[in-house]
Amino acid sequence: MSKKIKARVEETREGTVLYNVPFPKDLKNLKDLTPIIIKQPYAIDYIHSYGQDSPFFAGLANKRLLGTKCQKCGTVFATPRLACMECGADTDWVELPQEGRIHSFTVCHFGAEAFLHETPYILGLIELEGAHTLFLTRILGLDPDAATLDWVGLKVKARFVRKSQFKPTDVYFVPASL
Amino acid sequence: MRPVYCISGGVSKFAKARSDKTFQALVKEAVDYAAADLGLDYTKFIELVDGSVASYFSDHFQRQLMSGIMAQDYLGLCPKPSHRVEGGGATGGLCFQEGWKNVASGHMDICLVYGFETMSHVETWKGNEFIALASDVSFDYPVGGFYTGYYAMMVVRHMKEFGTTPEQLAHVSVKNYRNAYHNPYAQKKEKLTIEDVRNAPMIAWPLTRYDVCVMSDGAACALLCSEAGLKKLEKAAGKSLKPVRVTGIGRGTDAMRMADRPHKKVPLLPHEHESDYKDLKYPGVHSFRAGRSAAIQAYQQAGIKNPIEEFDFIELHDAYTSSEIQTYEDLGLCRYGEGGKLATSGKTFMPSVNYGLNLEEKPVCPVNPSGGLIACGHPVGATGLMQACFALWQLQGTIRQHFKDPALQVANAKRGLIHSHAGTGTYVTVSIMEAA
Repeated sequence: MSKKIKARVEETREGTVLYNVPFPKDLKNLKDLTPIIIKQPYAIDYIHSYGQDSPFFAGLANKRLLGTKCQKCGTVFATPRLACMECGADTDWVELPQEGRIHSFTVCHFGAEAFLHETPYILGLIELEGAHTLFLTRILGLDPDAATLDWVGLKVKARFVRKSQFKPTDVYFVPASL
Repeated sequence: MRPVYCISGGVSKFAKARSDKTFQALVKEAVDYAAADLGLDYTKFIELVDGSVASYFSDHFQRQLMSGIMAQDYLGLCPKPSHRVEGGGATGGLCFQEGWKNVASGHMDICLVYGFETMSHVETWKGNEFIALASDVSFDYPVGGFYTGYYAMMVVRHMKEFGTTPEQLAHVSVKNYRNAYHNPYAQKKEKLTIEDVRNAPMIAWPLTRYDVCVMSDGAACALLCSEAGLKKLEKAAGKSLKPVRVTGIGRGTDAMRMADRPHKKVPLLPHEHESDYKDLKYPGVHSFRAGRSAAIQAYQQAGIKNPIEEFDFIELHDAYTSSEIQTYEDLGLCRYGEGGKLATSGKTFMPSVNYGLNLEEKPVCPVNPSGGLIACGHPVGATGLMQACFALWQLQGTIRQHFKDPALQVANAKRGLIHSHAGTGTYVTVSIMEAA
């Protein structure tokens, strides 16, 4: 087996502090200057309220999966919404079953920068009995390198993290056979 | 409503990074081209423009709010009326239609629509994070959701439902990259094989690097006018111009969280029957209801009965090879479920380009003759206007002049469709353009 030898330096975002730049003697040449590119750091803590959706996250912290049901047309939403998307009426909180089937999935080998260190990971949309819509979640317990269409339809069950982070990742699904 | 014409356009060079110019100067590059193409001096051109609409998607990429007015003042268009539109990937298509409304309503005789995005301010995976913020930040983004992942889940369901294959997706990539070989505006030009696409690094199963469009810096614009506006432009240019009429516009929407998409009946196009879709639950996550909805409205306005027969070409939003195939079905180029087969049939290819593939059928309606987003790049706010500009040139028969290459001119093009699409099919626009 041939060994892969590095022949290119990895680019990083670290820069060099520059205190001076070349400047032409003749101002007519200013349009030929190459662009000056600087780094502008940007970091923020957002104060994010889950608002009317908050009971969902309280449910996860107590190992309960909550959805909502329309008071008027009866549509059950597996991802809660407090106003019905079908008829506009108010909905009520309902408890959802903790077993379901994979409706679709993907294996993420890359992702948003914040999640790159977690790759590869499996995302799935779950069908839950009695719900008319799906639930997006992480799926564990399957080999990310063995993705197959056969995973669609697979029976899965919910698991909850013990130390709740009050994020949708407080719940994840694994094959029901585990 | 008054008839609306598209009369000129311009596209800046799209590149991974255009650090040689700020976004305002990139827009100016496109607008300078549009003015010169009319044979007008720039000062005379801006004097004739009644107002504008600005198109850009993200304030995050530039860390600059109100970029629209900065483009407007750089172009010399102050104090004329303007506003910014935003709707994810469909921003450019929405902008084009807002310009149409300005003219159709009688509010303006000549309206400039311009768009841009400069995505090189951050690294690729930070850029993916910014784009992922265009998904629900309470429920979807925190799970590790990002756009290639969302589209991958949508196509996995399409594969399960209809038997679509990754090799069928790869045909779209080979086609669009090859087409772009003849387009000087394209960011990427590669002669790929099906194996090259499938063997490329996996981004989100089953989509590889070549199934996904790239991030770009770029700008584009189009000039829309009424009949009175056309006369003013022709008088100033001292010659007759080649207008293209916008004969239909349509828009649709769907829920941001794709998990929330319903499972109901297919809204039918004139050439379809309810019996075609007896057991299909629609749209689920396999199809874009917003795209179908937009097509129904635009076809009704333009009197389209059988799209694949009536359009000479289509420029559609192929941010992913999978979404090109799904969009074939939404636009009614084939029935739902047959998009994969259409992609390999040859019907959507160009007659004058060698793809190195064995295609069974002759081209009928080339899709993304320009190379699409996959190869041209996707500077979000500019993309839908780039499509308008390329469609204009096709219908004017001026591709050879603008591309310095005749290969991508669709022979005798009389009617074309442009299609712009935002994240997982949340906003979709369809606009129909016809040689006047």
